[in-house]
Amino acid sequence: MKIIEYRKLWFAISAMIIIIGGIILSINGLNFGIDFAGGTIINIDLHQTFEVSEIRDITDTFDERADITYSGDDREQVIIQTQESLSNGQRKEIFSQFQNKYNLTEKDLLSIDQVDPIIGDELKNQVLIAVSIAVIAMLIYITFRFELSFALSAIIALTHDMLIVLAFYTIMRIQVNAPFIAAMLTILGYSINDTIVIFDRIRENRKRFKKNDYKNLVNTSISQSIARSINTSLTTLITITVLYILGVEAIRNFALPLIVGFLSGTYSSIFIASPVWYMLKTRKQGNPRAV
Amino acid sequence: MNLKYIIIFILIIAILALGVFTSFNGLSIGNYDIIPMKEVIKLGLDLRGGVYVVLEAQETEEDPINDEKMSRAIATIRQRVDGLGVAEANVSKQGDNRIRVSIPDIQDQESALELIGKTAQLEFIGPDEEVILTGAQVVDSKAVYQKSEMGVEQPVVTLEFNDEGTKAFADATEKFIKQPIAIVLDGEVISSPNVQNVITNGEAIITGQNSLQEAADLSTLIRAGALPVTLKAVEIRSVGPTLGQDSLSKSLTAALIGILLVFLFMIIYYRLPGFIASIALVFYVLLFFTILVGINTTLTLPGIAGLILSIGLAVDANVIIFERIKEELKLGKTLRTALDSGFSRALTSILDSNITTIIAGAVLFFFGTGPIKGFAVTLMIGIGVSMFTAIIITRYLLRLVIKMNIFSNTKLYGAGGK
Repeated sequence: MKIIEYRKLWFAISAMIIIIGGIILSINGLNFGIDFAGGTIINIDLHQTFEVSEIRDITDTFDERADITYSGDDREQVIIQTQESLSNGQRKEIFSQFQNKYNLTEKDLLSIDQVDPIIGDELKNQVLIAVSIAVIAMLIYITFRFELSFALSAIIALTHDMLIVLAFYTIMRIQVNAPFIAAMLTILGYSINDTIVIFDRIRENRKRFKKNDYKNLVNTSISQSIARSINTSLTTLITITVLYILGVEAIRNFALPLIVGFLSGTYSSIFIASPVWYMLKTRKQGNPRAV
Repeated sequence: MNLKYIIIFILIIAILALGVFTSFNGLSIGNYDIIPMKEVIKLGLDLRGGVYVVLEAQETEEDPINDEKMSRAIATIRQRVDGLGVAEANVSKQGDNRIRVSIPDIQDQESALELIGKTAQLEFIGPDEEVILTGAQVVDSKAVYQKSEMGVEQPVVTLEFNDEGTKAFADATEKFIKQPIAIVLDGEVISSPNVQNVITNGEAIITGQNSLQEAADLSTLIRAGALPVTLKAVEIRSVGPTLGQDSLSKSLTAALIGILLVFLFMIIYYRLPGFIASIALVFYVLLFFTILVGINTTLTLPGIAGLILSIGLAVDANVIIFERIKEELKLGKTLRTALDSGFSRALTSILDSNITTIIAGAVLFFFGTGPIKGFAVTLMIGIGVSMFTAIIITRYLLRLVIKMNIFSNTKLYGAGGK
């Protein structure tokens, strides 16, 4: 397989997606949901189809900027999202108006989520600290078990995957909430896992190749482990996709970034991590062979 | 054919089938009862329904927060929550100035939230706007039905004052006879009766309650007393029982279908080893839940996601091994040597890749809260169990099958054909 020969192409594809994401990000910013920006979400089962305008009749008196979305299998549930933290009395008032209009019982109030912006800031800090520590810990472990060049390439591939998922979220304007963080952290684990298996092959094959023949070493190692890479991604994608199709809202919010992240993780372990490692090795020798 | 190994193999399958049956349906042998798995697993609020609130004490310059006030606030909230009569409700302190409340199995989320969040400052105010007495002078309060003046049964809240309160109330009712006394809760007038007689027995009632439940909630608030600090709800996560049930059944269905599809894929692609791996995966799921129950973890929605992800990684370990065995077979090795060298070659890569993922999981566990922690727990258990099943169980079963001498065609192991 000519993975190394076409490395500029792979890098260009990834760079394009990340740059587009970056441009849109700098213009629009991320679409933070209530877990980060603060606000209230009320989910009510109306047991009948409805028009957004009917809902607005009720919610406009509380917050005219409220987002109204459909939910549930038959689109008979409504999700009302406000940026303001509503008071207990306001929430009760909203629900009692729904109760009267659609003849509902208390059980039809499916869920309430309300988050203060303080909590969102704390979560952001927590995540940044957790990710930094995780990355350093993994860097140390891989350096210890392999060598620094492998660790650096694996971390570059990992950063690549996170940027791709971030770009996906920015381009698609999907809301970023707490599950997104859990998903990012999972991708972090998965991406490394996927990369390490290929690096393990390179480490093992090193003895059999001439010292400077990195190109063939990497290409051969990838060919040998490609069946595994594809099969593993397939089985993992099967479980996550089923989860996305059948899951409830909270699960879907988690499954979607995972699907994108796993695809990117598989791609990056083959097309990013190994070529980057090749470049690190050849650069060190002062022998950057052009393709 | 080797009968001994065939019997062992069948025995293992039978034990596994019994394990699966037991965890679904439970089992009783003599005096011993094994309860079905789904009844022993502790479910998080997101799966069973319930209310989770984080309250933060609001500090002002005149009113600084201290430990003593926080403890009193927690005691008050606990008493209110107990008034709901829900088992397993939990009130605990988080950091210096926060209180975390979780109440499972709540039918009416808004009322519960209201009950938790109220300051509950009860005051009796005379027509001269002077405070006569406060909730602090109330020793007991009950919700009962009482006949109104028109002879209709109506829910009311009874109050019983302490000595100081009894005296103050007697003086006030004497002073303001035929005038209204307002009963005010958190600045809101809830009833404003005219004083008919001088009340000296230290008892009063609050009328104007819409239902006995509303009266009961109010009396709980009054008994528990006012909060010593103002609390603000900084985070509310409330799931009704319907959505909780829905999430649980949908996630389990998704998990089941996901696993079956993975079995199918493994068997079609890897044939006999794929079949063996599927058996090992059943063992994996059983072991996973046993450990989950054993360490008394609460299963949450992100937890289920972690489980499903770890199933993916469990399959990965098997895939790595089988690909290696295939390669060894292609080199012309015998089944038994191919199996052994395939396993030992796959080992470093399985260990290194999974340990790095466990490192990430451990960091999440120590630095994450709530849902992230729940996810990290199942992910770490999952990876640990998956390494065990792939390296020990799958290997043992494959060796056993080879020793059985029925399936000796290497094509069954994915060799050849290419």
